[in-house]
Amino acid sequence: MSEHLTILPILLPLIGGVLLLLPPLATTLERQRYAALTVAVLTLLSAGLLLQQSQTEGIQLYVLGDWQPPYGIALVADRLSTLLVLLTSLLGLVSLLYACAGDDRTGAYFYPLVLLQVMGINGAFLTGDIFNLFVFFEVLLIASYALLIHGGGKQKTQAGFHYVALNLVGSSLFLFALGILYGTLGTLNIADMSTKVATLTEGERVLAKAGGLLLLAVFGLKAAMLPLHFWLTRTYASASAPVAALFAIMTKVGIYSIYRVHTVIFGENAGELAFMIQPWIWPLALLTLLAGSIGALASPNLRELTANLVIVSVGTLLVSVAMMSEAATAAGLYYLVHSTLVCAALFMIADLISHQRGKAGDRFVISRKVRQPALLGVMFFVAAMAVAGIPPFSGFVGKVLLLQAAQNATEMVWAWPAILLSSLITIIALSRGGTTLFWRRSTDKSQADPASGWHIAAVVLLLLGAPLMVVLGGPITEYTAAAAQQLHQVPESLHLLLPGGES
Amino acid sequence: MEAVYAACVGLLTFSGVFLCLRGRTFPVVLGLTLLSYAVNLFLFSSGRLKLDGAAILGTSASYTDPLPQALVLTAIVIGFAMTAFVVILAMRARADLGNDHVDGRLPPQPEVPQRRKKEHA
Repeated sequence: MSEHLTILPILLPLIGGVLLLLPPLATTLERQRYAALTVAVLTLLSAGLLLQQSQTEGIQLYVLGDWQPPYGIALVADRLSTLLVLLTSLLGLVSLLYACAGDDRTGAYFYPLVLLQVMGINGAFLTGDIFNLFVFFEVLLIASYALLIHGGGKQKTQAGFHYVALNLVGSSLFLFALGILYGTLGTLNIADMSTKVATLTEGERVLAKAGGLLLLAVFGLKAAMLPLHFWLTRTYASASAPVAALFAIMTKVGIYSIYRVHTVIFGENAGELAFMIQPWIWPLALLTLLAGSIGALASPNLRELTANLVIVSVGTLLVSVAMMSEAATAAGLYYLVHSTLVCAALFMIADLISHQRGKAGDRFVISRKVRQPALLGVMFFVAAMAVAGIPPFSGFVGKVLLLQAAQNATEMVWAWPAILLSSLITIIALSRGGTTLFWRRSTDKSQADPASGWHIAAVVLLLLGAPLMVVLGGPITEYTAAAAQQLHQVPESLHLLLPGGES
Repeated sequence: MEAVYAACVGLLTFSGVFLCLRGRTFPVVLGLTLLSYAVNLFLFSSGRLKLDGAAILGTSASYTDPLPQALVLTAIVIGFAMTAFVVILAMRARADLGNDHVDGRLPPQPEVPQRRKKEHA
C-alpha cells in the first residue's frame, strides 16, 4: 500500500468524484454531502501520510506503468509538493464543509466538481513531467470553469467568459512553450530537462530561452502577475464563497510552477541560461504588489478587497521568487501557506457578512447591523490582523522571514519598502472597510438567520492556522527550509529522480 | 516543406490572435479554435518534420519521433473539450446578458442626429 501512496491524493478524489455522479450516491443531497466529506477526509489523510513518508524516506518517485524515467510518466513527491498537496486537501475539505450549509443547493454537481478540482491541483503539484503539468492544469481549469458559474447569475457568466477565454489562450501559449522546449531539449521530464539545459548550443539556447519565458507568461497568467492580473478581481469577487475559497490556492499553482520550472530547470545549473527570468521578475513582482495595494484601497466591497489582497500576496511571493535563494524560497513557502489559508477565510467571512447585512451585502456603505456582530467581528479582526502581518499571527512571521531573506543592499532597497508599504496599505484598507461594515450602521435590526454551524466550523478551521502557524513556527520553518534546500540543490536528488539515467 | 509548414502555423496563429481580439463572442471562439489548430501543428513539428518515417520501430527504414504525435493527440482531445465548453458558455452568456459582446454590454453606438430631425419634420 505504502508504495502506491504517492498517487492516492490524485486517485481518491478522482474515484470519489466519479462515484458521486452515479446513482446510489447521486440521488440525494444528504448522501452527496457525507460521501464528499468522507472522500475529502481520506484525501487529507493520504496527503498527511505522504508528507510523513517523503519526510522520513526522502523523495518518492512513482513511475506509472513501470516505464522508467525519462521516458514514462512519473510522479514526484518531494517536500515542496507534499506540503502543497496537504494544503490543497485541507482547503478542499474546508470548502466542502462551508458548502454543506446551503451553497450546494444553488447548482448541480457541486461536490463532484470540487473533488475533481482538488484532483487536478494535487496532480499539478505531484507531477514530475512538464507535459502532465499541462494536462493537470487543464483538469483543474475545466473544473474551475464549471465551479465559477455555480449558482448562476449575470455577473458570474460575464466573469466566466473572460476567465475561460483568457485561460484558453494561456493553454495555447503553454503548448507552444512545451513544443519549443521539447524541440530543443528532447525531453519533458523536469529532472531530465535540468541536466540537458546546460549542454545546449548557441542557437538552441535562444529557443530554450524563448520557451522558458513563454512559460513564465503562462504561469504569470495563472498566478495573476502584473500585466496579466486584471481577470482576477472580478472572477474571485463574483464566485460563490466556497468556490472563491478553493480558488485561493489556484494562483499559488502558478507560483509553484514558477518555483519548479525556473529554479530546477533554469536555475543555478543551467549554464548560460541560469536565472534568466530574474531581470523580468523583479520589476513585475514590485509592480504587482503596487497594483494589488492600489486595488485594495479602491475596492468598494469586502470581496473585491480580498481579491486584491490575493494579488498583493502573489506580488509578495513573486518577490521571494525574484530573490532566487534558498532562504527566500523557504520564507516564500511559509508565506504561501499562510496567505492561502487567510485569504480563503476572508472570502468566507465576506460571504457571512453579506448574508447578515441584507441588501447592502458586503459593500462598504452604511447599513443595518449584522446579526452576530461579536462572532463575525472577531473572525474579521483575526483574519485582517493575519493578512496585514500584525503580530501575534502568522502573517507577521511570514513577512519577517521574507524581509530577512533579502541578502544584499540592492535587494533590501527594493524589497523592504515594497513589502512594508503594501502591508501598511492593507491595514488602511481593511480598517476602513471593517469600521464601515461593523460600526457605521443604521438602527434597523437584521432579519437574517445566524450563521450555521457548518459555516462557523469552516471559518474557524481556516483561522486556526493563523495562531497555529506561529505556535508551531519552529517545525514549520525547519520544514520549509528543508523543502527549499531540496528544490535548489537539484543535482543531489538527480540519482533518485532519474534512476539508471546517463547523468 | 519546412517553409510552407512554418507559414501555415504563422498564418493560423495570426488569424487566431486577430479573432481573439474581436469584441463579439463568436469571432473569439473561432479565434481560440484557430489558435489551438496552430498549436497542434506546431507541437507536431517539434519532433522534426520527416517524410516516410514510421512511428514504430522496425516497420520502415527510417523512423520518426512518436512522442510529439502522442502529445498532439492529447492536446487535440483537451482542446476539443475546451472548445465545446466555451461554445456553451458563449450561448449562455448571450441568453443571460441579452447580447453577444464579450464584456456583456454593447459599446455606446455613434448617434445619428440628422435622421431624427427629418422624422420630427
